[in-house]
Amino acid sequence: MDLARKPVRALRRNGNEPVSIWAVKDLDFEVAPGEIVGIIGRNGAGKSTLLKILSRITEPTLGRVELFGRVASLLEVGTGFHPELTGRENIFLNGSILGMTRREIERKFDEIVAFSEVEQFLDTPVKRYSSGMYVRLAFAVAAHLQPEILVVDEVLAVGDYAFQQKCLNKMQDVSTGGRTVLFVSHNLGAISRLCNRCLLLDGGQLIASGPTAGVVQNYLTSGLVQRPEYKQTGNRDKAMNLLRVALRGADGEIRSEIRYDESLSIEFNYEANQTVSGTSLGVMVYTLDGTCAFTTADIDAHAELLGVREPGKYRARVTVPPKWLNVGRYTVTVALANAMSGVVYDNVEALVFQIVDTGTPGSLNGIKRPGVLQPLLDWETIRDIRG
Amino acid sequence: MNQAENTISIQPVNSWSLLNFKDICDYREMLFFLTWRDVKVRYKQTVLGAGWAILQPLFMMIIFTIFFGRLAGVASAGIPYPLFALAGLVPWTFFANAITASGNSLVGSANLITKVYFPRLIVPAAAMLAGLVDFLLAFLILVVMMFYYRVQLTVQILFLPVLILLTALFSLGVGTWMSALNVKYRDVRFALPFLIQLWLFVSSVILPSTSVPQKWRWLLMLNPMSGIIEGYRAALFGLPFDWPALGIASALTIVVLLYAIYAFGRVERSFADII
Repeated sequence: MDLARKPVRALRRNGNEPVSIWAVKDLDFEVAPGEIVGIIGRNGAGKSTLLKILSRITEPTLGRVELFGRVASLLEVGTGFHPELTGRENIFLNGSILGMTRREIERKFDEIVAFSEVEQFLDTPVKRYSSGMYVRLAFAVAAHLQPEILVVDEVLAVGDYAFQQKCLNKMQDVSTGGRTVLFVSHNLGAISRLCNRCLLLDGGQLIASGPTAGVVQNYLTSGLVQRPEYKQTGNRDKAMNLLRVALRGADGEIRSEIRYDESLSIEFNYEANQTVSGTSLGVMVYTLDGTCAFTTADIDAHAELLGVREPGKYRARVTVPPKWLNVGRYTVTVALANAMSGVVYDNVEALVFQIVDTGTPGSLNGIKRPGVLQPLLDWETIRDIRG
Repeated sequence: MNQAENTISIQPVNSWSLLNFKDICDYREMLFFLTWRDVKVRYKQTVLGAGWAILQPLFMMIIFTIFFGRLAGVASAGIPYPLFALAGLVPWTFFANAITASGNSLVGSANLITKVYFPRLIVPAAAMLAGLVDFLLAFLILVVMMFYYRVQLTVQILFLPVLILLTALFSLGVGTWMSALNVKYRDVRFALPFLIQLWLFVSSVILPSTSVPQKWRWLLMLNPMSGIIEGYRAALFGLPFDWPALGIASALTIVVLLYAIYAFGRVERSFADII
């Protein structure tokens, strides 16, 4: 009877009852003009929801935000790019979608083109662009936005390294011009390099706020991050993708605290979803302040890997010698990229680990010596008799 | 720049705010660029290009002339049947294409809507405006036909811009409404072509409204497209205007447009979550 009268409701009742959750709640913060503020937190902490509210894509259920000035949001590169249109046409289209006026775009057109490094292909439809060119053009437009407030999501995870650096520098220019930037990223290295202040979110709430170094430290030590192992599911759309990254101590155990005097090894599982060539698995190890301690890649020792990789699953391992990295916390970013075209297939900040002091030379005197490395090097000292 | 003027305040809207006209005004350049994009992209990689805008109503005219003009011998208010049919088909084709494009526009712009803010109404509006370009092209063929049949223009031709505006507004109203419905019910995509086919037969495109028995004429008036299309014929060929039909069409256009904006506004804030 009930079913006959309210079939739709009955259907709904059979399905899973929707459960409401608060993606973000009770957030209260202020950002001064000209500040670059980083927003960090685990997956699901509410970072992206916060950005969507700030950029007016979704409306808050409760609460109030006041923004003083024009807002541009960069939640993706190349929003609104149309594959059939040429590079030139897309600059205008994308620029206007991001909130630039036609006159502004015309004024900055040459600058955008120069920044993008795709002058020759300006009148080619972007569907014929390589993905590297596409990203560069899209970023060039975004980098020339001049809003009072710029909201940026994890967009720097694409493009080649040199271009990423160029973009980071450009973003720094943005803030020195009195503009405010809100920047969400998992990449603590980028956050540390860019932001002077940081917000830490967890479970939709503000856990900490203050100078970046302190908040990042807080994040890493609060137990929110203990990451000796990283796993993700495959993505068939990508040419290559990571599956797992794990950090092992000298005894083969997976852990995030490594003794100074033991070696550590990082294991990688990844897969190629199509036949690729010219690719590499790159690893970058960063200190908390965003300095790159070192970079290594699987092709360094085996150049033959630059040849063809057939589709399938791969395993790799790299070992870092003992008594080499200084005491401290490090983050490990792993990227699968094409060394020829600069296209990045996958790029994740996979691990966070700590080197604990078990007898560095400095510890004998009770100090931590400065420097990223604390290697034990061969010394030779000879007393010159005639001197 | 005035600071207060630039302040944006974000908070949940409880009551339905009809329309933020200032916002739409601020984003008029984006409206222009989206329209321009739709026009540019529409005939990419086609051999005939914009010729399609002309061919569609032209071929319909030929078919209608053969079947209705010749075989069925439809009376066409003293105007050669091909001309009669084309004068109806040109605005009808615009209307049909505009509501199809608008109706599917929001869902088709999901990538934009989930990534940047702008007044969402400009998406269906741009889709409708892009159709207006095709309409003007198709109108050229109508002008050529009028020359061929040596139609004497009257002052009534001055009423044409008003009719075009009315067609555009009604298309915007229906298109916007459909686009909002489409977000939640993807059935719209399948229902719309079907609806358009049926609608054609009650819009005085094939037969003059006078061929409908007097006691059912009022029913026809409830369809604004019928009044509007008869209006085009009156303006172009100097026939008497059916003022009551036009008046009702205008009133209904406003009602539909307002309702569409209301319906659109109600779902607007949840678009990004549903799409």
